[in-house]
Amino acid sequence: MIWLTWRQFRTPAWVAATALAAAAILLAVTGLHLAHLYDTSGIGTCHGHGDCGQLASNFLTQVAASNLYHTIYLLGIAGLYVAPAIIGIFWGAPLVTREIENGTLRLAWNQSVTRTRWIAVKLSLVGLLAMATGGLLSLMVTWSDSPIDRAAAMATGPGPALLSRITPVLFGARGIAPIGYAAFAFALGVTAGVLIRRTVPAMAATLAVFITVQIAWPMLVRPHLIAPVRSITAFDAGSIIGLSMQNGGQMTVLTAVSKPGAWVLTNQVVDAAGHPFTGPAPQACTTNSFPVCADALARLHLRQVVTYEPASRYWPLQGYETGIFVALALVLAAFCYWRIRRRLS
Amino acid sequence: MTAVLESSGLGKRYRRRWALADCTLTIPAGHVVGLVGPNGAGKTTLLHLATGLLAPTAGTIEVLGGEPASSAAQLAKVGFVAQDTPTYAGLSVADHLRLGAHLNPGWDHGLARRRIERLGLDPGQRAGKLSGGQRAQLALTLAIAKRPELLLLDEPIASLDPLARRDFLGILMETTAEQEVSVVMSSHLVADLERICDYLIVLVDSRVRLAGQVDELLATHHRLTGPRRDPGTLPAGWQVVEESHTDRQSTLLIRAGTPVHDPGWAVDPVGLEDLVLGYMSQAASGAPARRPEMEAQR
Amino acid sequence: MVIEFHLDAGSGVAPYLQVIQQVRQALRLGLLDVGDQLPTVKDVVARLAINPNTVLKAYRELEYEGLAAARPGVGTFVTRTLSDGSLAAHGPLRRDLQRWIARARRAGLDEESIEALYRDTVRAATREEVI
Repeated sequence: MIWLTWRQFRTPAWVAATALAAAAILLAVTGLHLAHLYDTSGIGTCHGHGDCGQLASNFLTQVAASNLYHTIYLLGIAGLYVAPAIIGIFWGAPLVTREIENGTLRLAWNQSVTRTRWIAVKLSLVGLLAMATGGLLSLMVTWSDSPIDRAAAMATGPGPALLSRITPVLFGARGIAPIGYAAFAFALGVTAGVLIRRTVPAMAATLAVFITVQIAWPMLVRPHLIAPVRSITAFDAGSIIGLSMQNGGQMTVLTAVSKPGAWVLTNQVVDAAGHPFTGPAPQACTTNSFPVCADALARLHLRQVVTYEPASRYWPLQGYETGIFVALALVLAAFCYWRIRRRLS
Repeated sequence: MTAVLESSGLGKRYRRRWALADCTLTIPAGHVVGLVGPNGAGKTTLLHLATGLLAPTAGTIEVLGGEPASSAAQLAKVGFVAQDTPTYAGLSVADHLRLGAHLNPGWDHGLARRRIERLGLDPGQRAGKLSGGQRAQLALTLAIAKRPELLLLDEPIASLDPLARRDFLGILMETTAEQEVSVVMSSHLVADLERICDYLIVLVDSRVRLAGQVDELLATHHRLTGPRRDPGTLPAGWQVVEESHTDRQSTLLIRAGTPVHDPGWAVDPVGLEDLVLGYMSQAASGAPARRPEMEAQR
Repeated sequence: MVIEFHLDAGSGVAPYLQVIQQVRQALRLGLLDVGDQLPTVKDVVARLAINPNTVLKAYRELEYEGLAAARPGVGTFVTRTLSDGSLAAHGPLRRDLQRWIARARRAGLDEESIEALYRDTVRAATREEVI
């Protein structure tokens, strides 16, 4: 059964191997250049955060300015989201549906191999290859972009903070999470195939569900995997980055957050009682002088409440996320196994 | 003699329609069994239930003493060639043989290779490029080389040209002469089965209408022609399968346990094709088919 | 293989009877002699695509008539011929028959009438022999 699974999977496997090889070459070259740039930027030898923060920001600005590195950086991220989707659509969905549509199921299920063994071997072998592919690609991209990630963890200022690896878009394109995504997408594809039984609709369903999960997950689930840290600090009028006032006297204030390498979930200015500050605007703010307004606000005993996941939570979150997605994949695989064992198509 | 297939009240329902209903059969071993019936009668359903590709909705079925597809050992005993003789278009002939060897402990590789050589198939040729007859032969080789005790074939020659048909049946019969294997082959054409079958099952409208050894069926069915008679006046031992009347003449197809000696009837033997047609034209209830009366020209 | 069988599917004669008839015909014409092997069941069914039981039935019948004998594991062999020395007489008889047919044609008989005349005469002759 292993022979048959491999023989049927030969072409997609070679396509994936070729793609990975091409990516490896590209990322190796890029990675080495980035590492060189990082070493020459002086970040490696800086001590304390004051110096390093600025050096890191400079480095990042330099990288962002280069079209080539910028493009490859973005491709790396895109690739790690697209790869699991492709695995789900082209490896997962057709696994069973192609044999249904060709009628070859009636040939395969009549060899001296039970249906359950047939699906178990196919799921295991191709599933493991899917995970390996996701893992390898992630390894290459993570290594290649590691100078950027390290700089982002130290940089000060609002711009580069978006690049920290714990933030939603990057989180799924680094570390071991893509292994979980690949496993999940694959199992999702096979399940869609077993339920829908036609290749193209199964592919479409797989894509739709996978995209929905990838969008909803960082918003709804990931923030709660580990309870975020809540920090309450005194309101600092010097860090105001936004002010808005309405006619009825309502006012909202936004202050900057400086938590290098963290994933900021909420950032609010609250009043003394703990409620979000919505006004009324102090008299001083009706004038057009900002310093006067800021001064008045500073006397209101406001506070800044930030909930965030610190950078140190990166690996625990990766572990949970990968674990959950692999567990989901196993649940889906078990469902497929059960379904094929009981209800015969 | 042991039975290769035993079913009791076997039925399969899809949503509201019963594809097979109330099927009670005992097929003895050592025969070439023809399963005949019009399209949609339930032949494929019955064969799929026997191979374990489908699970029954009602009743039970036992193949070679075991539940279909229940274990690898059970699967090894039954060879199946599905309708349209499916093969993997992307795999070569040699790959198919390797598939058989890897997935069947009882695989006779020498037999498979000899067959392929005799058929003149190029082992490196992809199955998708083979002709219909060649694909059917490949599928048959795969089923035979695992040395099954029972071979099930679902209309394997329906879309083949006459020469390919003859070749296929020739190889099939050669196999039954060489190995201890029982065969159940379905077709909607009696002509395909006439040469090779010694046991017949007629399936019409999801129900079994007739089952038995061909010799015995031909010996006990007769075509009677004689003066017009009311069917109610016929002897009790006669089972009327099909009847048609003009105002002067009655023609009957009957099944009788004893020979017909009534001088009032001209008795003719019935060919297998006419026999099957007679049963196929019966109403769903099994009541004899009655051809519309022909008015005499005045 | 010494002889081959063929099957006339539309003749209305049961296949096993056709096989028997063809063996007897071959024996009569001297194509088969004592000790010759009849085609194996496997070869016959592979060529004709008929049920092996049909051939087995025919061979069993031939065995019963004493014309053949089965040697297990080897095959079925001819044990008696039907030509019984009359082969030599075939030549002159054939020539006489050809002359008689020419005469019948000249007298105006068509093929059907010739056959009917022949059959009637044979039957009458056989009946006389019995009586």
